[in-house]
Amino acid sequence: MTVFVTNMLLLLFLVFLLVLVIRTRRLFAVVVLAGAYSLVSAAMFVNLDAVDVAFTEAAVGAGISTVLFLATMAYLPGREKVLPSSGRIGNAMSAAIICVIAGALLVAAAVELPPVGDPTAPAHLHVAPRYLEESYSFLHIPNVVTTVLASYRGFDTLGETIVVFTAGLGVLVLLSGYTRTRRTRDEALSKGEGDDA
Amino acid sequence: MRDNPVLRTAAKILFAPIIVFGLYVQFHGDYSPGGGFQAGVIIAAAFILHALIFGLEAGRRLVPEWLNLAMLAAGVLIYGGVGVAGMMLDGLFLDYNVLLPDPSAGQHVGIILVEFGVGLTVTSVMLALFHAFAGFSENRFADNSDDTAGGRSQ
Repeated sequence: MTVFVTNMLLLLFLVFLLVLVIRTRRLFAVVVLAGAYSLVSAAMFVNLDAVDVAFTEAAVGAGISTVLFLATMAYLPGREKVLPSSGRIGNAMSAAIICVIAGALLVAAAVELPPVGDPTAPAHLHVAPRYLEESYSFLHIPNVVTTVLASYRGFDTLGETIVVFTAGLGVLVLLSGYTRTRRTRDEALSKGEGDDA
Repeated sequence: MRDNPVLRTAAKILFAPIIVFGLYVQFHGDYSPGGGFQAGVIIAAAFILHALIFGLEAGRRLVPEWLNLAMLAAGVLIYGGVGVAGMMLDGLFLDYNVLLPDPSAGQHVGIILVEFGVGLTVTSVMLALFHAFAGFSENRFADNSDDTAGGRSQ
């Protein structure tokens, strides 16, 4: 019960932060508020006993993302531009209708879900009992999350690592500055100096 | 931010403990929350803090680009290599049981190696992202970022 109440309070706080993010026009404040949003989400995950997820959320969401946003912000003006068309009623109405329909669908789907932490939920009856039992008695590793992540589901984690690798490489290629214009300029420069045969 | 003595001292004091904490999260992941993904981000955060305070050039000198790219690929290769090693020892791909005579010890070794690969890749991706974003326009960040970043954030 306390878990439920705490989560509801944290959820309300998340909504409050979201409203602040939408309302404010100062980009610096938006970045810091987004970091706070991640930190509150991490607190929520701790509350739900998902410590490993909370750890990742706090380190990536509140830590690195904030720094990356700030690094990017150096190229942007300090305030968000107010679009002249943002006050149009038709756009707001269609957006509101889509939000209400999507929200209703999500709530309708969530009603069917088993309660959080229910040991008889279908997801906890398939392979989870074997993992929980074996992890300590056979592998002698108390943290089941690690054994599932690295051993039982090692193939998935290999895929995740490759995704991180590919994403990093893609961003590097995009941002390395070696664009076509710069390459042609470099080539033109080296030709001008008469270096290449 | 190079000239602020408080920031400089704080960064110097914090740099090593952050890395030690990252290594703890990395190699103690079997027993406590954590693992390669979290540890990679924490270790990268230490280097990002260094680059934020002492400038991007100092950060690039500390972790040169070739080293970072090598670590980026080495992490994935270590992970895949552990899988191939299992196949060489008459097991399946990513089967850690065959890595050592004792299957339980083999699992320990396999998990630690695999998590090390994940940590290596995540560290270098985070660091490369920061270097790429912060150095996007070289001429603006070439000397030091303090006047640009400080002025823009107002």
